[in-house]
Amino acid sequence: MAYVAVSGGEEAIEESIKLLDYYRSGTEKDLELEVIEKKMSLLVDRVMSEAGLYAPTYAALALKQCEGSTDEAVFLLRAYRSTLKRNFYTTVTDTRNMRMLRRISAAFKDIPGGQVLGATYDYTHRLMNFNLKNEDAKALHRKMIDKIESQDKEEITSFGRVSDELKKEGLLDIYEKHDEKPFDVTENLLEFPAKRSARLQTLSRADTGFISGLAYAVLRGFGQVHPTVGELRSGYVELEVLYTNLPEETIYIGEILLTEVEAFNQAEDKNQLKLASGYGAVFGRNENKAIAMSVLDRELETGGDYPPQDEEFVLMHGDCLEMNGFISHLKLPHYVTFQSKLDAVRKTRGKKNE
Amino acid sequence: MSNGRNREYNYAFLDESSKREIRRSVLKAVAIPGYQVPFGSRELPIGRGWGTGGIQLTLSLIGPEDTLKVIDQGSDESVNAVNIKKFVGICTDVETTTDTRKATIIQTRHRIPEIKLRNDQILVLQVPIPEPLRIVEPKEEVTRKMHAEKDYAPIWLQLYESIIKYGKVTIPTEYPCMVEDRYVMSPSPIPKFDNPKLHDADCLYLFGAGREKKIYAIPPHTKVVSLAFEDVPFEKESFKGKKCRICGSTDTYLDEMFDSVTGEKFYQCSDTSYCKEQCKR
Repeated sequence: MAYVAVSGGEEAIEESIKLLDYYRSGTEKDLELEVIEKKMSLLVDRVMSEAGLYAPTYAALALKQCEGSTDEAVFLLRAYRSTLKRNFYTTVTDTRNMRMLRRISAAFKDIPGGQVLGATYDYTHRLMNFNLKNEDAKALHRKMIDKIESQDKEEITSFGRVSDELKKEGLLDIYEKHDEKPFDVTENLLEFPAKRSARLQTLSRADTGFISGLAYAVLRGFGQVHPTVGELRSGYVELEVLYTNLPEETIYIGEILLTEVEAFNQAEDKNQLKLASGYGAVFGRNENKAIAMSVLDRELETGGDYPPQDEEFVLMHGDCLEMNGFISHLKLPHYVTFQSKLDAVRKTRGKKNE
Repeated sequence: MSNGRNREYNYAFLDESSKREIRRSVLKAVAIPGYQVPFGSRELPIGRGWGTGGIQLTLSLIGPEDTLKVIDQGSDESVNAVNIKKFVGICTDVETTTDTRKATIIQTRHRIPEIKLRNDQILVLQVPIPEPLRIVEPKEEVTRKMHAEKDYAPIWLQLYESIIKYGKVTIPTEYPCMVEDRYVMSPSPIPKFDNPKLHDADCLYLFGAGREKKIYAIPPHTKVVSLAFEDVPFEKESFKGKKCRICGSTDTYLDEMFDSVTGEKFYQCSDTSYCKEQCKR
């Protein structure tokens, strides 16, 4: 199908979309949603996080629909999100009550409540496991379920934060409870200087690669360099909304999986130093994104001349949909504008085309 | 420790010519103390930023007669240390130890052991940011030139400004040192407490930065001076009035901890091998 033909483009597009089905069809085996959702859960988490929509099954569907492209899947979810009615805002969720899967501190060996390593690829050797080429999935799953079911259930306890201890000592500032309604970037144009709630929301939905790269730049010297992960926790938190008729009452509407990070930096405090914390929280198990977010939160708080410290630079360029939308738009015909450019260039070269 | 060497990989994982290339970089580093020698850092099955520079040094140097010790923040039991030891075990079969005296190669992150190392021992340090001038200049192109021209004014200015502002130098770990009056060098993120151990040592110190692709060295009996002014001398971390809860040491680097049940604060030697040794006495 000729790309350049302006007329007849409609037919070309239709055929192009049919061709996508050919690529997606791949083999005779179906890619079941359950399989994507349960076995590609980190991918699903990433898509939900960047989409800003917590919906594992829909994320799986989106991934199936677009041959596993994260940005396309995010696109699909975001677009779907626009069709949903926004009924409630949840009440403030205290992550101290998280049903913990994992909790570590790089600042202290022993923390109140203890560290829980949980599941992490961090300490695996990245060697290809060729045994997985032919695996008895059913047996493996059964084994895991049996193992979990054979264990005694533990009471869920509330874990204070590592930062609570430092606050007690006066090394971290204690802030008054701030119950101002958050700035919703999904419904409002982002303004500068951005409110912290707008910043955190934007970062939490940002493209994982983009904010990881920016945070990496900070660590390498384009910023304050090397904060300490005071605490990283992953687990389930319960969400509640206000009961419409009884304002004191809340209704439990479900739970979501979160990764939350507090990172500590040195900061100025008149003629001495204090510690300041950067905050990150993202959907699912996406630890590097959460850490990157906490790094950037702190950088934007202090400000400075480097790109990761520039609010506009960071908050305006990290949205998966926006960046990919604009980049892919370059594939659209630019005949007119290009012509104009050509003209300008030619004119500087002695009017050769006249 | 090791469950027997995996014969499907070459001895010490890397192929022989890669190991030789790394050893040549080490020789150059030893010949020019404190100078950062670039090298072709290889990908390992362990994440970059997790000690891959140190591991590559260890892998390129290790042989069947060696005894390896790996510590992380002073501890033999730390997950990352155990993991690295396990990896080297799988691809070499060498003996490992927690006893600092028995080891021929000690790979470490963020600490130098408390006991003085001998001339038949090599300490391999993992380095995240090898460039000491990074805190004053983010661009590699510029810092290379600064080293070449021995232009260290910005880092001195940094120290001076922090004295003016805070009355003291506020750099925590990675406190820069001058090596043989020529190169300013990052000692890796060891505490200032460990900086003096670099000076006129009996052992060889090797520094490896995998992600940043640099190797540097401090050979035995090298002059290493932590940057300071005559009237504001170099100052280590202070543990005055504190002691290790386990062995009672008052002259070691201590970790601050919170009891997981009571939340009470206490101190403990960061060098776990040294602490055990003191307890046995």
